Amino acid sequence: MDNILCIFRREFRSYFDAPIAYIVLMFFLLIAGYFFTTNLFLVNQANLRTIFGIIPLLFVFFVPAISMRLLAEEKKSGTIELLFTYPIRDAEIVVGKYLAALGLIAVLLIFTFLYPLTVSTLGNLDAGQVISGYIGLFLLGAAYLAIGIFASSITENQIVAFMVAWAISLFFFILDKILFFVPTSLANILEYLAIEYHFQNIARGVIDSRNVIYFFSMIFVGLLLASHALSRRKGD
Amino acid sequence: MIQLAKVTKSYSGVKAVDDVTLSIPSGQILGFLGPNAAGKTTTMRMITCYMPPTAGKIQVDGLDTIEQSLEVRRKIGYLPEMAPVYQDINVLDYLNYVCDLRRIAADKRQQRIRRIIERCGLEEVLHKDVGQLSKGYRQRVGLAQAMVHDPDIVVLDEPTAGLDPNQIAEIRALIKELGREKTVILSTHILSEVQATCSRIVIINQGRIVADDTPEGLQANAEGRGVFITAVKTAAGDVAAKTRQIAGVEEARPISSTQGVQKLRIESGAGRDVREDFFRLAVRENWVILEMAQESRSLEEVFRNLTREDQ
Repeated sequence: MDNILCIFRREFRSYFDAPIAYIVLMFFLLIAGYFFTTNLFLVNQANLRTIFGIIPLLFVFFVPAISMRLLAEEKKSGTIELLFTYPIRDAEIVVGKYLAALGLIAVLLIFTFLYPLTVSTLGNLDAGQVISGYIGLFLLGAAYLAIGIFASSITENQIVAFMVAWAISLFFFILDKILFFVPTSLANILEYLAIEYHFQNIARGVIDSRNVIYFFSMIFVGLLLASHALSRRKGD
Repeated sequence: MIQLAKVTKSYSGVKAVDDVTLSIPSGQILGFLGPNAAGKTTTMRMITCYMPPTAGKIQVDGLDTIEQSLEVRRKIGYLPEMAPVYQDINVLDYLNYVCDLRRIAADKRQQRIRRIIERCGLEEVLHKDVGQLSKGYRQRVGLAQAMVHDPDIVVLDEPTAGLDPNQIAEIRALIKELGREKTVILSTHILSEVQATCSRIVIINQGRIVADDTPEGLQANAEGRGVFITAVKTAAGDVAAKTRQIAGVEEARPISSTQGVQKLRIESGAGRDVREDFFRLAVRENWVILEMAQESRSLEEVFRNLTREDQ
């Protein structure tokens, strides 16, 4: 646990030592803010539907940008060789780095608290729905991030890590949008695999274990594959 | 005490390290010497638990590098080739980070860091980012991270590569000082490096150990083998073939032959001087010796011979 904390601290700090965190924060808030303000008075309703609608799509682009460097950068610069010879397990490296990136996503989401605060001054906002919506967003980001850290573990090129993470995330994002085109027998399976289906369930205000399990298994599989990929250095 | 027993490592079928058995007692400064891609780095990576051997066993103080990997890692400090340390962090923060990972207790930490800074000469760059440092300073930061937890064993992969002569001298002095209390394993492809610092030399070629001796031993071996060049004037006959019949001659190679003068390079086994025998042969055969010069074989030559591609 100490080891994980150690990796987490260094990784989280290095996000803010480099421009990456600020760039991601700025563009994310700029785009989210644009959609929020343009729709707010148009819809004229005291809810966060536009925000909860647009952030899952934004995450498809922004989370891979956050996760791409996690392992790829250390593999490229060779610094990971030292980490591997310190008394620390591969899985601890993966989890520590994952949590650091998750921390950045949490920061991202905290900045968006401005929107519910604004809306609540204008009308009657359903607090329960907002809270469950944010829990959903956090889980969604965590799942994309697990995909991202896996992508970062299989390459030493950050661009490749970004593209792979983006493609896989987009795949899970798009699944429930193409249900119309597939036979009904398949539709149920695809719907269950679709990430936004689970998110929208939670965002509606019902935190069902079915949906939570989906996100947690996604996170678990991503982290498992990532630490498995790291141990591939061990050769045959 | 580090023990490698029949260690083999292959990368997709190609053997990088091939059936190496080696025992390194505590307090030795051992130099791995070999051409590039001989298996030095792979051997070091296996000792430091970066990766496990494909076959065989490595034990450090009786602890297995696979089964008790974390315990072994606590005993070892490692400086990989090119000293890959984080660029975006200042030296002091970096050393603190390593202390965190190495679990150095807060009360000992200040003293430990201060000592290592002094030892590696890092006082002036403490608050600079590692990325801004010169190659020499980066190497020293690498050394500092390898030693900050005061390990019994220090493994250094090409510690002086890319440094200027002054920096090389400094690092060598540091290694020698280290060797007084610790086991040091270093790798290099520069011969004078091991001669200057090591108490034992292991020459590796194509994944196998081809020599294992003290620097003095290797040197003696090199000098013991007599080599001389001679020029002989003779009307007819194959000088080389007859010379080979002298007991003790390992090789007699014709170098040139012009206008009745044959030039040869004659090599004899360790500790044997065949010049006298050659003289008597020449008298018998009525050859006129025009020239005879002893060639002393340097350690470089021993190294080249041991690591030739065709061996």
